[in-house]
Amino acid sequence: MTSQIVEDVLQALVAGLLSGAIYGLMCVGLGLIFGVMRVINFAQGDFMMLGMYAAYYLFLAAGIQGIFGNVIGPYVAILLSGPLLFLFGYGIHRLLVSRVTGQRTAGLEGEGHFAQLILTLGVALVLQNGGLILFGSVLASIRTPLSSSAWEIGPLWSDSISIFINKSRGIAALISILAMTALAMLITRTRMGKALRASADNPVAATYMGIDIDRSYRIAFGLGAAVTAVAGGLLATNYPFHPYIGTDYVIVMYAGVVLGGMGSIIGAFWGGMTIGLVQQLATLVLPTQLQNAAIFVVFLLIVFFRPQGFFGRVVERT
Amino acid sequence: MRSLAPILLAALIYTGLTLVVSNSYYQLMLTLVLVWASFGLSWNILSGYTGLISFGHAAFFGLGAYTTALGQIYFDLTPWLLIPIAAAIGAVSGLLVGFPTFRLRGHYFALAMLAYPLAMLYVFEWLGYQELTLPIKREAPFAYMQFSDPRLYTLVALGLLLGIVLITRAVERSRFGMALLAIKQNEAAAEAAGINTLAWKLRSIVLSGAIAGAVGAFYAVVLLVVTPSSVFGMLVSAQALTVAMFGGVGTLWGPLIGAAALIPVGEILNAELSARLPGIQGVIYGIAIIVVILVAPEGIFWTLRDRMKRSARATAGILPDLTAPATSPAPNAPASIVRLQRITSREVLLSVRGLSKSFGGLKAVQDVNFDVHHGTILGIIGPNGAGKTTLFNLLNGFLPPSSGEVMLDGRNMIGCKPHVLCRAGVGRTFQIMRPFARMSVRDNVRVGAYVQAASEQEAHRLAADAVNRVGLSQVADRVAAELTTKQLRLMEIARALAGKPRLLLLDETLAGLGHGEVDEVTAVVQRLAREGITIAIIEHTMLSMVRLVDRFLVLDHGAVLADGEPQHITRDQRVIEAYLGKKWVAYAQT
Repeated sequence: MTSQIVEDVLQALVAGLLSGAIYGLMCVGLGLIFGVMRVINFAQGDFMMLGMYAAYYLFLAAGIQGIFGNVIGPYVAILLSGPLLFLFGYGIHRLLVSRVTGQRTAGLEGEGHFAQLILTLGVALVLQNGGLILFGSVLASIRTPLSSSAWEIGPLWSDSISIFINKSRGIAALISILAMTALAMLITRTRMGKALRASADNPVAATYMGIDIDRSYRIAFGLGAAVTAVAGGLLATNYPFHPYIGTDYVIVMYAGVVLGGMGSIIGAFWGGMTIGLVQQLATLVLPTQLQNAAIFVVFLLIVFFRPQGFFGRVVERT
Repeated sequence: MRSLAPILLAALIYTGLTLVVSNSYYQLMLTLVLVWASFGLSWNILSGYTGLISFGHAAFFGLGAYTTALGQIYFDLTPWLLIPIAAAIGAVSGLLVGFPTFRLRGHYFALAMLAYPLAMLYVFEWLGYQELTLPIKREAPFAYMQFSDPRLYTLVALGLLLGIVLITRAVERSRFGMALLAIKQNEAAAEAAGINTLAWKLRSIVLSGAIAGAVGAFYAVVLLVVTPSSVFGMLVSAQALTVAMFGGVGTLWGPLIGAAALIPVGEILNAELSARLPGIQGVIYGIAIIVVILVAPEGIFWTLRDRMKRSARATAGILPDLTAPATSPAPNAPASIVRLQRITSREVLLSVRGLSKSFGGLKAVQDVNFDVHHGTILGIIGPNGAGKTTLFNLLNGFLPPSSGEVMLDGRNMIGCKPHVLCRAGVGRTFQIMRPFARMSVRDNVRVGAYVQAASEQEAHRLAADAVNRVGLSQVADRVAAELTTKQLRLMEIARALAGKPRLLLLDETLAGLGHGEVDEVTAVVQRLAREGITIAIIEHTMLSMVRLVDRFLVLDHGAVLADGEPQHITRDQRVIEAYLGKKWVAYAQT
């Protein structure tokens, strides 16, 4: 009996870590946009949806399946969707978002936050419904042979305990962590990363130092879209998706970013990880329908006790 | 005072339209415009006036909708009773949500609010209320608000909306609205001006929640079917935001314009196009929102109003006269700044004992002792980082001290919030000026008057008097954003004065002023002192203060370096050292 409980807990823990890693990457994408620009982007979930479909069509229609096969092919397609969505995000910022952010909003009520919210809500509407027209409402999925096989760990110390790790989920989590590490290197080690951090920290001072902050913002927006899109593609190897899927995840992403501490990119990853863990561990004690309610309750509790998030700072002056 | 005429006229036209339309689909649309306008107004009362954006108004709306559904199914109650009950439930949940969530600010507040309706959504699903249908009551349609003529729904909705409009107007024009606007513009300044910010924010979320609850309850009656995602979903919260922001935030007209423009467009697109090409209605609707917000980033109402103002100015050929002298000449010409006789006494107004504050390892203020006597001017000086502003923040309650006592009239004020200290007679200005930028000078000052005013008239009178005392009467109607630094400094003094302070804390009131301007402001401060107000003023240049103050308190590294009369302090060796360095001591003393 006890070994059954132990096995359930371990299995939930592993499941939480695996989906947590993907959520983490998703949150990092949003965290980049939010941390650098302080813009609430409601279309982020729909960028993820576009990433899923981009990977799907690259795999099936663009011949990647033929070249790389069914096992490696999906991952190649997923990684290629990143640059595509970078261009998309970059373009959306240039055409639309830049008109209600940065210097132009200085004189507006609430520094233009209202306009940004509505604008990105409008973009989200266009993407969701445009997606419905282009891709249809039928559930799509990126199937790989790995989705239906698993590694078995165990039997562990007592013969009855062993843990199963779904292969495609395991690989997705691994790629998430690698992508996260690459991004962290990009931000901490390169000149461009330094410019991004400077623009995030103090846009005015960054301008004085000769940094083109509008360019930093465009890059952040594009990168954020790309990272979330890759996370979406990884998710799509296990879950079927549809054009309206963004709405479900945008909230998870915001919860993760707030938990990690707004403005902290590493924090966003741990925030997403926390949500994955809470979601999976909640299934041990709560009925499945309350799995998602648990996320929001834990989210509120953490925010009340640590309003600045895990990695955030509070700075206020009189 | 604007009259009620435009609102009543709009209501009449709408009634006419309602009676003419016979198509039941268009009639439903007319009802929904009113429903979403009401919901937008509810959102506006919290988020529009306080600036705290709520992404979670669906929580109140959904609770209201389920109140009607469950109340009718299980208790056979009529909606005429359930709508007020839903309002009460909305109010209570507003209080429960507001109390913990107001600890958060800015984006944190907005995103935390998101969590409430979504958590409820899953809870109601789990409870098994996936889809509730209101029982049909053919025997008593009126008693159960189930009209066969859809026009009656629209008329009930119109009545509800009119009620909400009147409430909003009442809020806008009272100290309630002023307090919320002040919080939106600058929460710290509002608190220092004697506004109990938490109490007003709670009142606003309770009112807002009550209205949203009532609107949700009515919505359930109209649609007859309630599902968790149709009342708690993200789209419901977004609807409130969209109509309010599209029309213009922080005004009665915004949500009305937004709902009247967006709801019909959305519904008609849905009816005409969605069958032919699913999704196209959403694309067009989204593009429409994007285009309008790029043209009018602050919403239709504010953009139109700014346009009209500008064209009115252009046609009349009147430009705002920026060259006219903005302040009346100060009664004492600058040259006459000499020590004037004042009634001072030996009685101690403020007594500070052993006051210390550390931030981690940094001792910002250490063991400070001093007294301020009635009617005197105390100058607090010290180099940058000496702890002057921290000392003020301790004195007016922004920061709790690590140890020590602050006695006002012998009463220990430690632990009191700024608005309590303001009521007790401590007024303050800020080093970094904190005007309510979009409000007129008169309204800025009026915010400070409410702490002592029993009525609106008294607040107006106190404000006018304070504006006059600092010599800003001529610019009283300008918005604060148009003022010069000197005028802003004087306005901050006036805002503090309006609360009838006995002790006035002035934080670097002379900083950033030109030479002549310093003398003007100094003259005002002297006049106030002669009128019997006790003053403590921070400055880091000694020169401008020597002739103004009765006593100096010199701070360095958080501790009192010297305390005494001006002529002694200027010769004090330690003071000169702290300011100029050792090698100047000999020079300065010659």
